[in-house]
Amino acid sequence: MSDDSRTAFRPVAEWLERRIGWRKLMHEALDEPVPGGSRWAYVFGSGLLFIFISQIVTGICLSIYYVPSVDHAHTTVSFIQKVVWGGRFIRSLHSYGSSIMIILLMLHLTQTYVYGAYKSGRELLWLAGCLLFLLVLGMGFTGYLLPWDRRAYFATAVGTNIISEVPLVGPFFKTLLRGGAEMGTLTLSRFFVLHVFLIPAAIFAVIAAHLFLFRKAGAAGPPLSPEKLRVLEVRPFFPDQVVKDFVFGILLILLLGVLSALFPTRLGPVANPTDSTYVPRPEWYYLPAFQWLKYWRGGGILVGIVLIPAILFAMLFGIPFLDRSRRRAPLQRPVAVGGFFLVVGGLIFLGYQSSAEDRKDPAVRAKIAAQEDAEREYTKAPFEADEGPLALGARNGPAPQNLTPEAAKGALLFESEGCSSCHGAGGGGGEGLVKLWGMKDRYSDRQLADLMRSPRPAMLEGGMEASKLPDADLRALVAYVRATMNGKK
Amino acid sequence: MTSGKTESTRRSFFGILVASVSAVVGAMMSIPVLRFLLFPVFRSGDTAAWSALGDTGQFSGAGPFRAEVEVRRVDGWRVSTVKRAVWVVRNAQNQLLAVSDVCPHLGCSVPWRDDEQIFHCPCHHAKFRRSGDLLSGPSPRSLDPLPVKVEDGKLWVKYQVFRNLVSTREVIG
Repeated sequence: MSDDSRTAFRPVAEWLERRIGWRKLMHEALDEPVPGGSRWAYVFGSGLLFIFISQIVTGICLSIYYVPSVDHAHTTVSFIQKVVWGGRFIRSLHSYGSSIMIILLMLHLTQTYVYGAYKSGRELLWLAGCLLFLLVLGMGFTGYLLPWDRRAYFATAVGTNIISEVPLVGPFFKTLLRGGAEMGTLTLSRFFVLHVFLIPAAIFAVIAAHLFLFRKAGAAGPPLSPEKLRVLEVRPFFPDQVVKDFVFGILLILLLGVLSALFPTRLGPVANPTDSTYVPRPEWYYLPAFQWLKYWRGGGILVGIVLIPAILFAMLFGIPFLDRSRRRAPLQRPVAVGGFFLVVGGLIFLGYQSSAEDRKDPAVRAKIAAQEDAEREYTKAPFEADEGPLALGARNGPAPQNLTPEAAKGALLFESEGCSSCHGAGGGGGEGLVKLWGMKDRYSDRQLADLMRSPRPAMLEGGMEASKLPDADLRALVAYVRATMNGKK
Repeated sequence: MTSGKTESTRRSFFGILVASVSAVVGAMMSIPVLRFLLFPVFRSGDTAAWSALGDTGQFSGAGPFRAEVEVRRVDGWRVSTVKRAVWVVRNAQNQLLAVSDVCPHLGCSVPWRDDEQIFHCPCHHAKFRRSGDLLSGPSPRSLDPLPVKVEDGKLWVKYQVFRNLVSTREVIG
């Protein structure tokens, strides 16, 4: 900046300075002393803040269209993905952002832990950080359900069931979280409120506390003894560390943008609770926990999924109170640092085991591949709008009294044989159900009967059973389909 | 040059660098967000589909005839069927036409007055001929003709919505 422009701005700067006191604020913000100067190891915290802001912006965008109800959640996400300009990109940014946040959290936590930066008066800072860790995991868990596709539905069904394994209070909390015994529209509302209001509010508050406590305690610097730290040169936060943080932040944004543009996130078919063949898998960062649960049976469950995780979390939160020596160098804290990497290594091993087991079992591997194909196919299919109530009314078939006796018998069989539980009342489909309208235009009576006797593999996979009805009943069902299930008007 | 002066210049340089790079990156990031937020403001409005008005036979005589159409209306991520009224009229060549009953002035529904033999808007007294042409009043243009076609002896109409208060017709939905 030239001296001329400085003089020109000076009166304005002074006017603002008298009212805001921004020079002191800037000094507070930028001249934070960093013992030993800037390091690339310190960039992860700022990186988290960058991604968190991106999550807020993209999340607000998504909430313009999202409706947290079982009737509309999936359609509105599909609308965002397929119709809204840049909707697929924004949704991908939000989805990849959550994964990147977990990775950055692990890096930030590892750096702080290895540097022993939770010591000498930084216990509360560490505790606030651990709390943020849990809150971000909670954001991942609650956000995963919101698209209400098959993957989301079944992963969350398993996830919420785990809670009920906790003795005494487990079933209570599971019902509270689900809003009932089963997953449904109340579950979706609750997860939406947690994801959009409660957990973000808590994150804002704890970030504020985390930053305040960080500034109060001061930057910890490299892992040296207090005596050696004291003789290190102290450099201000700005510009060296700020520039490093910004370079890292820009790289993160680039990474997010490239991932979202090249590998946009997918949306699967709508959740179908009656599909008993779905193989649910959680998001990658929950895979270690998912694998861990496989090893515990009967009485061991209490130890495996309550006691051991509780002890590990207590040790994570309590490490500043357990590792109380003044030594900070990782090699001088072999137990603390060794234990940490043992747990991290164990988690990585569990995650690897989970995917290895899936790859080893040909049936599971084929099923997961088929599920992913279905997701890709649904993502590519054009957007299909929800029918409003009037439009639905206009499309109902003829009233049952107009049916021939044979077709009327078919109508009763359609209910009693459970056809309607997967195909909707009158074969009209519905949320997660397979619509039959238009079938009769594509198949002859003979073909329809054959399909019911021996469904095609894709139909069997969808949960359809081969009918064992006598021929007369089958003819009645075909007559009913023929009489009522017209194509789209 | 003292080292204090060098340090101060260095800080200014990085201050401007960080500020300008964040401005550029911020502007780049706001492009997809703005695109998302501006949907569907600049999307082309002509999404109307054909709806049947009835057999052409029922429109014999001078008219005009009031007819109701069921319009499948796409409302964001849902579609609903709504009823709308149109006027079926005859032009000078005795061809069947359909005109919107929405006044191009401020959007009141325009009724046919048998006593006056004109369309007479009840709100601000715009008057239109039997053909829909503007006679007098505050409306900037005649009643809006809707695209029609005859198929299988039936009259079909494309129900459209037009921008009001402008003299040139512009379909907006």
